Amino acid sequence: MKDEVTSREERIENLKGMGCSRKRVEDARFTQGKGNYVDDIKLDGMLFGDFVRSPYAHAKVVSINTEEAMKVPGVLAVLTAADLAPLGLHWMPTLAGDKQMVLADGKVLFQGQEVAFVVAEDRYAAADGIEAVEVEYEELEVLVDPFKSMGSDVVLREDTVDDAGKPVDGAHGPRKHHNHIFTWEAGDKDPTFEVIDAAEVVAEETMYYHRTHPCPLETCGCVASMDKVNGKLTLWGTFQAPHAIRTVVSLISGIEEHNIRVISPDIGGGFGNKVGAYPGYVCSVVASIVTGKPVKWIEDRMDNLMTTAFARDYWMKGRISATKEGKITGLHCHVTADHGGFDACADPTKFPAGFMNICTGSYDIPTAFLEVDGVYTNKAPGGVSYRCSFRVTEAVYFIERMIEVLAIELSMDAAELRRINFIKKEQFPYTAALGWEYDSGDYHTAWDKALKTVDYAGLRAEQAQRVEDFKAGKTRSLMGVGLSFFTEIVGAGPVKNCDILGLGMFDSCEIRIHPTGSAIARLGTISQGQGHATTFAQILASEIGLPADSITIEEGDTDTAPYGLGTYGSRSTPVAGAATAMAGRKIRAKAQMIAAYLLEVHDDDVEFDVDRFVVKGAPERFKTMKDIAFAAYNQAIPGIEPGLEAVSYYDPPNMTYPFGAYVCVMDIDVDTGTTDIRRFYALDDCGTRINPMVIEGQVHGGLTEALAVALGQEIAYDDMGNVKTGTLMDFFLPTAWEVPNYETDHTVTPSPHHPIGAKGVGESPHVGGVPCFSNAVQDAFRAFGLRHTNMPHDHWRIWKTANELGLHG
Amino acid sequence: MSKKQHYTITVNGKEEEFLAEPRELLIYTLRERLNITGPHIGCETSHCGACTVTIDGKSVKACTMFVAQADGKDVTTIEGIGGPDNLHPLQNAFKEHHGLQCGYCTPGMITRATKFLEENPNPTEEEIRFGMAGNICRCTGYQNIVKSIQAAAAEMSAVREAAE
Repeated sequence: MKDEVTSREERIENLKGMGCSRKRVEDARFTQGKGNYVDDIKLDGMLFGDFVRSPYAHAKVVSINTEEAMKVPGVLAVLTAADLAPLGLHWMPTLAGDKQMVLADGKVLFQGQEVAFVVAEDRYAAADGIEAVEVEYEELEVLVDPFKSMGSDVVLREDTVDDAGKPVDGAHGPRKHHNHIFTWEAGDKDPTFEVIDAAEVVAEETMYYHRTHPCPLETCGCVASMDKVNGKLTLWGTFQAPHAIRTVVSLISGIEEHNIRVISPDIGGGFGNKVGAYPGYVCSVVASIVTGKPVKWIEDRMDNLMTTAFARDYWMKGRISATKEGKITGLHCHVTADHGGFDACADPTKFPAGFMNICTGSYDIPTAFLEVDGVYTNKAPGGVSYRCSFRVTEAVYFIERMIEVLAIELSMDAAELRRINFIKKEQFPYTAALGWEYDSGDYHTAWDKALKTVDYAGLRAEQAQRVEDFKAGKTRSLMGVGLSFFTEIVGAGPVKNCDILGLGMFDSCEIRIHPTGSAIARLGTISQGQGHATTFAQILASEIGLPADSITIEEGDTDTAPYGLGTYGSRSTPVAGAATAMAGRKIRAKAQMIAAYLLEVHDDDVEFDVDRFVVKGAPERFKTMKDIAFAAYNQAIPGIEPGLEAVSYYDPPNMTYPFGAYVCVMDIDVDTGTTDIRRFYALDDCGTRINPMVIEGQVHGGLTEALAVALGQEIAYDDMGNVKTGTLMDFFLPTAWEVPNYETDHTVTPSPHHPIGAKGVGESPHVGGVPCFSNAVQDAFRAFGLRHTNMPHDHWRIWKTANELGLHG
Repeated sequence: MSKKQHYTITVNGKEEEFLAEPRELLIYTLRERLNITGPHIGCETSHCGACTVTIDGKSVKACTMFVAQADGKDVTTIEGIGGPDNLHPLQNAFKEHHGLQCGYCTPGMITRATKFLEENPNPTEEEIRFGMAGNICRCTGYQNIVKSIQAAAAEMSAVREAAE
């Protein structure tokens, strides 16, 4: 094929490779109502299962009577722990090394806990059956406060004590108390305490990062179908990690892994909610085996908010020390982590508090010490990472608040305090006091660009004038300038230190080039809205020289996709994206040999150029990748196998460390506590940019979830352990009306160890956004003596802050 | 369980006749009885709008309407708004302006937007944000949804003017 009429630039453009804002290939089906989500799956004879749930937060289950329920028309079975116990399935392992009741085994530990599973012909019959199940409870003392739990005689979990009532070791070492789960430490305790004790200036603060929930618009669910003739189990579900789910199902059910096929269809958002394994999955599988029919289980919104995968609930106590000039010398952080009734957080095995030890942030802090105590309470289990890599949102919130508090202590400008403490460009790769090796960064450039763009000095002048006007009675509105500079740690991770249930956290890509020059690539990840089918094809297009439009990307079917650990913690681009590039390079290496053969030159005499191999020094002699693909299937080439396929399993040498600089300008009505976000500027550096349109969309979305968390969203409990925010009536999800327009910007500092230099971006805006919104609120009151107040900053809490500061006269 | 009743509903121009319990919610009638799975379920309390359909010219959240209340009515879902051969300008604009990510809210969002633009063909940004506030999106932060609706409104206006 001769195509000299096409310029090199046009050939690059035709590929729609990396760096272009390619429109998404997913959108045709979604905009026409033809997505295929788990609740859209309908199989012949499919049954519907749903749970009887506990109304109590802590109670003994005295008896369960299913007799009347079985008489309800359409009800086929009611499963209880007694039915699952002989199979050993009444408890299941959690991803955190703990175990969790599948169905109440003698007691319940949180409101909404699964007590019995009713299987019926449809969801209405199941609901009728649930009403008819009689459960007798005996209420027990409820512990919703982790500090009280750590001092209570009440033993929440019998498996935490021996026969003499003494605490036994947990999955991560000794317990300090029977309701204590683990202690995890990083850094050097004594040197840190010495530095802080001897410091010129020390700022201390305790902050509560409240409990919230990822709340994707689609709840969790599954369809289990056991084919008894062939012995094959197929499980469709909202799984962010389908391969890991297959392995877990095999381990707990005893069904051989080759007889299990897990399929994640289209997923309606995940944000961490869909990483773990839930009782609904186990019960659906058992029910399908028992009835011989497919069984569907879909959470309703209350089930979702009350029971599956909450996020945060961290009490963080910090001390930060500095010289009088503001140079930070030491940092100490203690966390009391409320995990609820079971430790069901989703972190790499060796990290029971995730990557909380990234809490030194973007600053060159020579000495630091972190300790985390996990505690059981009568709340729902979890502790997942809601739109962030493992606990990174907590870590960044902590340090970005501590910086602000230190700035107050030093009477310094918080932007300047950050600047003088940033890790310098020439210090990378930088080993932080708590152990991580930051791959690359240029924080000063990003910060200066951000401050210049928003006219930071002008904003501060305007703010000072506003304070004067307020004091003079000319206005009842205050102005906050929220700052945050974050460094994320994403792309878990190197197999040497990152695994989940023993499964190394590599990821994978397999590519098949078809004879006519199109391709299919399959990955171990799964999109939940990130647009993988669009962006991974762009990586490949640039690597192998075939147009992205000619490349199909497929994920989520464990029978066809190579093994991978799934999509969460911004790991898809850093890990599977790297595997994609590496597999593409294997294709290119073989294509080079084929091209050389076809052009009758030595392998070394051809070089890759956009979409073809050309003879060095003779660009008119070339073979396009399309020519080469066909040759791979129709020519007998000596020493080269037919076909053009490759697979790569990529074990990343390090995490990636995206960073960014955010500024929020907010007006606050002192008398109503309402907030008006006047401006939000977000500069992100995610390394090499694959699709700017998709990146920008991720930033808008992550910032909006940050706005929600900072300004109102929470899972709140009363003293009895009742969930007070179990529906969208009470649980704040912002609408178009509450959300501002965001200004996005970027710098590009590629990751030196990633094949294409990309770092991941999906979670950055959430991680950086939460402290930025929160700092804006707190900054508005700094002139009136506010040091710190806890999120969520809803109107009532802001009004209360103003009131306590005496601003209501 | 209550006695089944006879209902007739027109969905996307096709008359559907069936027996159902009156307590059945319209969203299940559509999704499970009639296999129209474009409208989704997000909250079952009328907050999120994933189930939005048009009934007799009004936007309705199908998760909180009984099938009995829809008897004899005319229902339009995303499937009736446009398909591969006759894409609605909104469907095209959402793709062009990246107005969706996971796609779960999208059918309800576009269905609502078709009604909104009928009510207000040349809206301001503020009017769009207010008029679409009954539909929640967890992925996009709305900025590109607003842009998509503005673009579709402009295109539809241009077509109308050309026709006049």
